Amino acid sequence: MQFWIIQTLNSIAFGGLLFLLSSGFSLAFGLMRIPNLAHGGFFMLGAYLGATIVYYGGHFWIAVLGAGLGVGLVGIAFERLILRRLAGNVQGQVLVTLGVSFIIADLCLLIWTGDPWTVPAPAELRPPLRVAGFAFPTFRLVVLAIALVTAVALYLLMDRTRLGAMIRAGVDDMEMARGVGIPVSLLFTVVFALGAVLAGLGGTLGAPMLNAYPGLDTDMLPLALIVVILGGAGSLLGAFVGSFVVGFLYNFGIALFPDLAYFILFLPMVLVLVFRPQGLFGRVQT
Amino acid sequence: MATEALSVSAIDTYYGDSHVLHGVGFALRPGRLLGLLGRNGAGKTTCMATIMGFLRPRRGAITLFGDEVAGLAPEAIAKRGICLVPQGRRVFRSLSVRENLDVARQARAQGTWTLERVFSLFPRLKERHIQLAGSLSGGEQQMLAIGRALMGNPRVLLMDEPSEGLAPQIVHEVGRTIAQLKAEGLSIVLVEQNIKLTLDLADDVVIVNTGAVVFSGTAAETRTNDRVIAQHLGVF
Repeated sequence: MQFWIIQTLNSIAFGGLLFLLSSGFSLAFGLMRIPNLAHGGFFMLGAYLGATIVYYGGHFWIAVLGAGLGVGLVGIAFERLILRRLAGNVQGQVLVTLGVSFIIADLCLLIWTGDPWTVPAPAELRPPLRVAGFAFPTFRLVVLAIALVTAVALYLLMDRTRLGAMIRAGVDDMEMARGVGIPVSLLFTVVFALGAVLAGLGGTLGAPMLNAYPGLDTDMLPLALIVVILGGAGSLLGAFVGSFVVGFLYNFGIALFPDLAYFILFLPMVLVLVFRPQGLFGRVQT
Repeated sequence: MATEALSVSAIDTYYGDSHVLHGVGFALRPGRLLGLLGRNGAGKTTCMATIMGFLRPRRGAITLFGDEVAGLAPEAIAKRGICLVPQGRRVFRSLSVRENLDVARQARAQGTWTLERVFSLFPRLKERHIQLAGSLSGGEQQMLAIGRALMGNPRVLLMDEPSEGLAPQIVHEVGRTIAQLKAEGLSIVLVEQNIKLTLDLADDVVIVNTGAVVFSGTAAETRTNDRVIAQHLGVF
């Protein structure tokens, strides 16, 4: 019984972390029509930055904010200085994001070496929460809560503000959005930076569970891709549902059928690509 | 010479390597309605796309009240006051009616269009303001596309086949709206396949065929010129 409850909770908490990773990725994908293949690198960079801040005595929550800010700045610089120059050249942009992902991976190896960096959860969240005789890992519950608050905030931004409506208009029909005077290039920067900030925060928030290590980027990027293909690029609801579906498939796949974990993970993605290529909640063909 | 509201001179536009517009030129005087006629594939929509900045002309000039706009980005052209009611309506389907209007809002010193004014022009849109644009009927989407263009406070309004695919009574309604906008002094380019609707509304007429202007004159001249109509617009 304890196994199922704990695995379920871990799946949900991991789903929350995946939402932080993939919500911004999905919005940028829907708007700019390109998958940012450096997004896993952004997550890993966030984990290392957070680990470093904690290592030098910074509090865990300061590390989370610092990582979000740092990776956000990297994201803005990347979009403004590199992606912007390749506007309209989708193939070039995708290749550049791949190149930048390699550069981030190598720089991380150079700066933080090949040994994993562990980040302890903040002391006040280490004792498990005991409810009805079961012990729940407190930190994971807090990560889940942060993901849910982020989801609500993103929903309000996208659904209730003029900025959000402009972003959705750009996802619907980019050319016409420009034709009614929507400043799409500004939106690109905003959405790209938002995705980078969330990936950076997520990297540090995930570090007590995942650590920061070389290869974290390539472990996380496929998960974000699966989430977005399942949910549909540019759909916040899709990213939300997709994150928890992948959280469950990944956790239970590894726990129950470790040999088949990747099969279980990628099979739904292949099915969606074949039968509903725009994703479960999406409108844009990916 | 009085400044033209919109002047298109000798523009050449390509899709990739295929040469679509060959030196197209026409002039729209302030407060007038110019009907742009031609068969399917004559280059009318390409012409609108070029003026709006969706396509960049390789040669030629486009001026808005004397200011060059050719080569600017679409968002910059919209800001200067050219607003488009596109072919196929192209409303933002996943936005509500109200959001469709709201995202297109452009403040302009001499502009007077507001959400309230668009809603009073199209009461149907007000009734449905929280509905998603994708769930509207074709006629309602057309009203929304016109309302969205008006929210940009146009100095020149481009309308690309606003009667396309609509029931006759709705076409009639759209025609009345266009006449009303013209009566308020708006300068309008109306692209149409519906010859009668255009001749009823237009002051001037330009006919294009295979990417070049083949006739230009007043609506009255066009109406009486059976040869031109038969040669360039007739089905047979």
